[in-house]
Amino acid sequence: MTTTAAPTPAQKTSVSYREALTQAMREEMRRDPSVFVMGEDVGQYEGAFKVTRGLLREFGETRVVDTPISEAGFVGLGIGAAMADLRPVVELMTVNFSIVAMDQIVNNAAKIRYMFGGQVACPLVLRMPGGAGHQLAAQHSHSLEAWYTHVPGLKVVSPATPYDAKGLLKTAIRDDDPVIFLESEGLYSKKGPVGGPDDLVPFGQAALRRQGGHCTMIAHSRMVWVALAAAEALAKEGIECAVIDPRTFRPLDLDTLAASVRTTGRAVILDEGWPECGIAANLSARLYEACFDWLDAPIARVACADVPMPYAKNLEQAALPRAEDAIAAVRRLVGAGPRRG
Amino acid sequence: MARTAVPRETAGPERPEADVMREMFETMWLIRRFEERAAEEYMRGRIGGFLHLAIGEEAAVVGSIAALRDTDPITSTYREHGQALARGSDPGAVMAELFGRSTGMCGGRGGSMHLMDKERHFYGGYGIVGGSIPLAVGLGFAIAYRDEPAVALTMFGDGAVNQGVLSESLNMAELWRLPVVFFCLNNQYGMGTAVDRASAEPDLFKRAEAYGMPARLVDGMDVMAVYAAVTEAARLAREERQPSMVEARAYRYRGHSMSDPDTVRAADEKERWQARDPLVTFERILLGEGIVTREEADAVRARVQATVDEATRFAEESPVVPESDLAQDVYADPWSDDPRGSVVVGG
Repeated sequence: MTTTAAPTPAQKTSVSYREALTQAMREEMRRDPSVFVMGEDVGQYEGAFKVTRGLLREFGETRVVDTPISEAGFVGLGIGAAMADLRPVVELMTVNFSIVAMDQIVNNAAKIRYMFGGQVACPLVLRMPGGAGHQLAAQHSHSLEAWYTHVPGLKVVSPATPYDAKGLLKTAIRDDDPVIFLESEGLYSKKGPVGGPDDLVPFGQAALRRQGGHCTMIAHSRMVWVALAAAEALAKEGIECAVIDPRTFRPLDLDTLAASVRTTGRAVILDEGWPECGIAANLSARLYEACFDWLDAPIARVACADVPMPYAKNLEQAALPRAEDAIAAVRRLVGAGPRRG
Repeated sequence: MARTAVPRETAGPERPEADVMREMFETMWLIRRFEERAAEEYMRGRIGGFLHLAIGEEAAVVGSIAALRDTDPITSTYREHGQALARGSDPGAVMAELFGRSTGMCGGRGGSMHLMDKERHFYGGYGIVGGSIPLAVGLGFAIAYRDEPAVALTMFGDGAVNQGVLSESLNMAELWRLPVVFFCLNNQYGMGTAVDRASAEPDLFKRAEAYGMPARLVDGMDVMAVYAAVTEAARLAREERQPSMVEARAYRYRGHSMSDPDTVRAADEKERWQARDPLVTFERILLGEGIVTREEADAVRARVQATVDEATRFAEESPVVPESDLAQDVYADPWSDDPRGSVVVGG
């Protein structure tokens, strides 16, 4: 099912992606006393990216817990607390540090419901800012959507707009499974409308960000905005692109993606992560399986260069997927085969 | 091992009632006979995967769990059949899980290493060394969050002591004064590597002292000593929100798992430990104090043997897990009936 590009805002005022996330946590903490927030510098410091601003003041130290720098330890603690029916929202300061907690996430959070025969749930949210673009070099620039999407038992969410940031985080907090909630550091200041306390964005529903009949661009998180910029430029050449944001990778709304690709016959997939076994690679495989007979050109992937992220500004920009890369890919695809729409 | 401390703990002031002692004696024998039968069934090919036996460790398992309330949550390792049995899980459901049958306590999806009985507050066996320790700290966090009068106990081996998550867990538990008992069942070997070949400080309980936490060493072959130590640790956690660590030194008679040829350990070392067999020692105490008679002790052995026979028969006769269960419980609310998606597995 596809939702529209701009859901009806319950709130006219435009808020930042950062504030949208804060609102989601604040509202859910007010609604449900079993929700608590934990992580490095989430309390007194109010978060490395200030996403937890004001929460300590309102909810106190029992529910807003500053942790030591012990990612494996406090993620494991969150899993245990979730098994005891609390709803932890654990912030990993960045997605890069979640690698330190990978055993807890993959071996425990993702598996405890299944391997114990459904006796326990793990209603845990792991918030992780990620992405590149601020010259943070090789160890602080990851996009790990693909790693987490690989694991059955996890849900994987990656919002692109303030509305989705709020609505998806509220859904994540109410969800009974572990949710990997991937935020984009590059979007925290992005403004837009948000929903009210009862406006949830369901998992497994892609969003149509732009209509267009010549080519389908699939993009998530910050790449949605890159894709939209590319689509605007292409429209001036008379090439109309649909832009679809999957929003969640587990569950994945393949039907909406496939329906669009069957209409346009062409797909370009943007991904800030690495190309090998990446999100774009996986979506590409799924779309080949679902749409092979409808394709007029090979599916194109526009992903991060297959290198550790360099520091130098020009090299970093060269490594990341840019609008011009997407434009070139669309032009190449539209040049091949009959144009529809 | 000359450098290590010697457990001085003997039966402390905390002694259970006579009927509890009789029950503990029976549970220790149930575990011994269950494990022996599991080994036989493994050799016959009716149990798959890894099978880690706790023969020799019964005093540590039973003494620690008996010192807790039934509602105190516990986590364990992959050597945890005894923990489930000590918590009162149905031996038939445990054996059926080892057989991979649908009547197993986890529906045949966990196996020997992943038993769980949430109803009995047994929060599971885990296969990654040390990996379950922070979960117990989370269970303790939830107890403190709700201000409940409970204690979380996590059992781990000597091998787990060198995993980073133990240090992280000890630090957080003491920092936030969480009601957690860190119970190290030191069976002397991390698979085939002796403690003093793996730990720079082989007095493992001292790790906790570095975090300002009380820690004590007990003879893990002496069920009353273990009971006394864990009773005190649980009291500290429950009444004073003071986490602590107990190291119980015991010995596993068998190899690390059924696939371990056990060629590293010296025969005389095994004999030395087996001369202090926890079941024999405990029986001597019970007989000496008139808590059980010789006839009653024999009756206990006959009873647990019948229980194990019945559990095995139950497992054997239980249906296999239907393939339609394959995708059950991956998520609370599955969105796909076909876990293979569009990919043909083995096609």
